Amino acid sequence: MAVKSHNKVNHPGRLGYSFKRHLHERFIELLLFMSALLSVAIMIAIIAMLVKESYVFFQHVSLWDFLTDTQWTPLFDDAHYGIMPLVAGTLVSSMVALMVALPLGTIIAIYLSEFAPFSVREIAKPFLELLGGVPTVVYGYFALLFVTPLLQIIFPELPGFSLLSAGLVMGIMIIPYVSSMTEDAMRAVPMHLREGSYAMGATRFQTAIRVVMPAAFSGIAAAYILGISRAIGETMVVAIAAGMQPNLTWNPMEPAATITAYIVQVSLGDLPHGSIGYQTIFAAGLTLLLMTLVFNIFGHMLRKRYREIY
Amino acid sequence: MKDFNDITEIRKIIGRHKRWDLLFMIAGIIALMIAVLTFIALFAQMLIDGMPRLTWAFFTSFPSRHPEMAGILSAWVGTTLVMLVTAASAVPLGIASGVYLEEYAPKNLFTEIIEINVTNLAGVPSIIYGLLALGLFVYQLGFGQSILAAGLALALLILPVVIVATREAIRSIPVAIREGAYALGATKWQTVSDHLLPYSAAGILTGVIIGLARAIGETAPIITIGALTFIAFLPPSPVTEEFPYVSFEWLTAPFTVMPIQMFNWVSRPEEAFQLNAAAAGLVLVVMTLAMNGLAIYLRYRMRKNIKW
Repeated sequence: MAVKSHNKVNHPGRLGYSFKRHLHERFIELLLFMSALLSVAIMIAIIAMLVKESYVFFQHVSLWDFLTDTQWTPLFDDAHYGIMPLVAGTLVSSMVALMVALPLGTIIAIYLSEFAPFSVREIAKPFLELLGGVPTVVYGYFALLFVTPLLQIIFPELPGFSLLSAGLVMGIMIIPYVSSMTEDAMRAVPMHLREGSYAMGATRFQTAIRVVMPAAFSGIAAAYILGISRAIGETMVVAIAAGMQPNLTWNPMEPAATITAYIVQVSLGDLPHGSIGYQTIFAAGLTLLLMTLVFNIFGHMLRKRYREIY
Repeated sequence: MKDFNDITEIRKIIGRHKRWDLLFMIAGIIALMIAVLTFIALFAQMLIDGMPRLTWAFFTSFPSRHPEMAGILSAWVGTTLVMLVTAASAVPLGIASGVYLEEYAPKNLFTEIIEINVTNLAGVPSIIYGLLALGLFVYQLGFGQSILAAGLALALLILPVVIVATREAIRSIPVAIREGAYALGATKWQTVSDHLLPYSAAGILTGVIIGLARAIGETAPIITIGALTFIAFLPPSPVTEEFPYVSFEWLTAPFTVMPIQMFNWVSRPEEAFQLNAAAAGLVLVVMTLAMNGLAIYLRYRMRKNIKW
């Protein structure tokens, strides 16, 4: 067999087996592998760091107090360490944001994917992308100095800092994430499903709602989950426009601090490394990470359960 | 003539449903308009408030207690230096991970874990990266509240963006290119470095620009590591008079960045400082918009020019 004789012994020189070249290839592969491994290392480092500092924190404060105390005043003399007010602030501002972002984002996605002419889509998509690129601190400024005064015209009793105005702006901010992922999911639905629907006499709206959306469900769920994670983890808008006072309330018209806003507030001050105040931000961070994690796992399960394969 | 009746009946039903089509289209346009108008309002508000403050002196002055004398010199220098660190660390690592996952990784459980992990990292709130950087870089590794710590924190944050962009760019290169290279006796790395990376350069660059644009505007992680908000001096210059002419002292210098400067001004009660915030915000928005715009343009050109 001619092919078999082309082994490394018969070809010295350029074409032959070169130990040096082999080593070089291996070395590069190892290098690339190490970089890829780094992402796992980062995740482990994040969890280790949060758990380590929180562990020290929970030796001072019992988990029961942390979960049930209704006051969060770790920097006062009369210190209370109840995470509830911060969680409530986070949930309320996220709720307001999602009530804006999910419907509007979905409508925009359906419109762009099923209704809009090519030219509108070509302009709208990059525009939405730009909207998603605006720094969050700028949105915070906008919420505090534009949206709040505007809302005060409608609701004169609205205070200068409120979860409502922070949430509304956060919602607008999240629209591009939701709409672009939802649209991608809907456009990935094969054309023949739509054609089948049209052939039965369905209109575009019926096709979009009854055929395309169910088929794209797993992608849409992923988009929603991403939107929820964004809302929960968003920092600057709430830190600027919702005030930084922990306040156990479910009323969006009031000012309140979120978990993220509390971390910012503490970081702005000068807390010594290793103090209980320093550890509170890690405990708060761990709570935040667990909240986003719960939603992510839930979304993952939802996606697996309803994934349609074509 | 029953059939004919049925058809008119059906047409009537369809006609009724078509009205819903129209209604929804209007709803779609309104939703889109809300997004567009918000953006215009945001931009206009900053333009009106900030434009008068945007003088040459604004870019060449340090922050000050007097709002009309304050400027963003230390902020934009800080942002530039932090971005240098971020780009220098995130770009090589991100590209290397992307290449590994796309070209080298065997299909096994471990690879899948890495892939899921990259997706999860992209969903971690940015302030959590700040906490990691605070514990790890600032205290454990002893970098202090420095440009190095901030740059690395942002690098971790944009790493998933660079990885995903690299993977997508490499994936879009047809298999025939790889087969051609292998047929001529190229090794795997030769194929990657001489063919795949050059052909995917534009796609990777797009991802890098989008990542850096995001990093420029990120405030939370940098506040968390404890960047100061009032810095009236510049970090030591990277270029020195004496041998060896370059100095890395700036890496450990305290600093401030644009979004933090803006945050500082927004949170002051005096209106004059809020005008400064508007001006700083305007600079920030123009910078991020320009970068994102460049990325969008690059992608558009790429789609037009490359026909495999």
